[in-house]
Amino acid sequence: MSLTNILTILLLTAGAVFFLAGTIGLLRFPDVYTRLHALTKADNLGLGLLLTGLALQAETWTVMAKLLLIWLLILLASSSVAHLVARAALQRGIKLWKR
Amino acid sequence: MLARINDVHGCTKFAGAGKAEAMNTAFFYALTGVGLFTLGLYSLIVYTHLLRKILAINVMGSGVFLIIVALAARTQTLPDPIPHAMVITGIVVAVSATALALALMLRFRDISGRVELAEESLE
Amino acid sequence: MEAMTLLQWAFDTVLAVTLMWVAWKALASEDLFKGIALFIAFGLLMALVWVRLEAPDIALAEAAIGAGLTGALLLAALAKLESGSKDSQPLQVAMLVKATTNTVNKQILFRWLLVLLLSVLVAGLSYVVLSLPLQAIGLSETVMENLEASGVSNPVTAVLLNFRGYDTLLELAVLLLALLGVWSLSNLPEQHESAPSKVLDMLTRLLVPLLILVSGYLLWTGAHAPGGAFQAGSVLAAAGVLLLLAGWRLEARFAGLFLRITLVLGLAMFVTVAIVVQLAGLRLLEFPLSIAGTLILLIEVAATLSIGMTLAALFFGRRPRTDQADAGTNK
Repeated sequence: MSLTNILTILLLTAGAVFFLAGTIGLLRFPDVYTRLHALTKADNLGLGLLLTGLALQAETWTVMAKLLLIWLLILLASSSVAHLVARAALQRGIKLWKR
Repeated sequence: MLARINDVHGCTKFAGAGKAEAMNTAFFYALTGVGLFTLGLYSLIVYTHLLRKILAINVMGSGVFLIIVALAARTQTLPDPIPHAMVITGIVVAVSATALALALMLRFRDISGRVELAEESLE
Repeated sequence: MEAMTLLQWAFDTVLAVTLMWVAWKALASEDLFKGIALFIAFGLLMALVWVRLEAPDIALAEAAIGAGLTGALLLAALAKLESGSKDSQPLQVAMLVKATTNTVNKQILFRWLLVLLLSVLVAGLSYVVLSLPLQAIGLSETVMENLEASGVSNPVTAVLLNFRGYDTLLELAVLLLALLGVWSLSNLPEQHESAPSKVLDMLTRLLVPLLILVSGYLLWTGAHAPGGAFQAGSVLAAAGVLLLLAGWRLEARFAGLFLRITLVLGLAMFVTVAIVVQLAGLRLLEFPLSIAGTLILLIEVAATLSIGMTLAALFFGRRPRTDQADAGTNK
């Protein structure tokens, strides 16, 4: 197996671990705000690792550029949406979880 | 040109597996489609809330599309593109029907005040 | 390569089981909002299944229309349901009382009978599906043989816009009919532009031009790669939905004739091409070899605009205001 393939497998596994952590956070965290925190970590860093792993398999520079664009767009969208959800939750009066 | 299409449309071909496994995969997904259709049908009959009925009809539609496309994947080389075109048409028609159904549901709610169909009693 | 097949089977099993599980949870959940969110997830899983079945065009259409736009329509309807249900409480309480006085035994008997009948249905359908031949010739070879004559090199686009162009023409008509139905059923429109939050404003300003660009790209690349008019139109509709959510409203002077022309443009272009081709002596929707590609592109551009506008209008749900002066005008 070539170096590229090994790197791809490692990066994809690391990205998958981030997504797993994000999902466990979604299921186990006590309130909206902490869940958003878990999800955005999975979205940003996990997806970045995943796309880097895929970019190594790309054949042309345009495919790599498209993957980078996907990552940037998802960064933009997920952080904006997380902000909007948190804002809506605050306006609805959902209190922050205090231990 | 055709070689390029083979790359694009065949890049997810079941690499390394024999043709038998590919055929079984198609039937596996066709059976999943049957399951989805029946699930949707059960929900359509059992639930009285109109929005749930609309969701159920959408799931039934997805089940039918799955059966169609899974059976289209049984070919030797490229999958049959005619069922693919039909399913794309079907998805667009399904969204139009959903939009109309939702408008009808809201109108029904405005007129009758409730959003559930009456429970039928079996006499 | 036994490990490969085993891995593929494991992937397929997990995907199919998750698909059915999410579908069941979406339909059976107590909270409707949760159900709709799960339905959107179901749509995205279906897109994965389409890729697995080598149908990337359908995957694009399902992700954009099936998951995205249907989810947006359902959420908008749910919001309208919940905002108007406050004054119908007495009726609902009366229905509840009536429901509980029904005999519960008959309910259980009915459910079991239904499960039994549906099991028979599942068994019958599975038998029918499994008794189909293991391999089918299908029409893929016929399509590939005639692909050069169609004007494009993506087989699905060729089928959609050339070989089965009549179906697509009628499909555009169905979209228009659905919009006419929704407009006839809707209440009087309100026209106030609301100022969105700063973040939503920024997101909209960044994404909408990009969505228009992506839509054009999907339209252009649909001739030789997965893509096409419907996928491009739905991305355009997503831009429209984002604008509507950010509080933008169509200006009154565009909401009359201009809007209606854009909505009808796709169907009109298709019908015009059909008529012109027939006047030139050919059969219905038979594109001559030399200009087939150009005709298909022309139809696709018009169709993309129409589909985008129609789907966004379906999301909006009401006729936009055509006059700003009189608030009580019945239009």
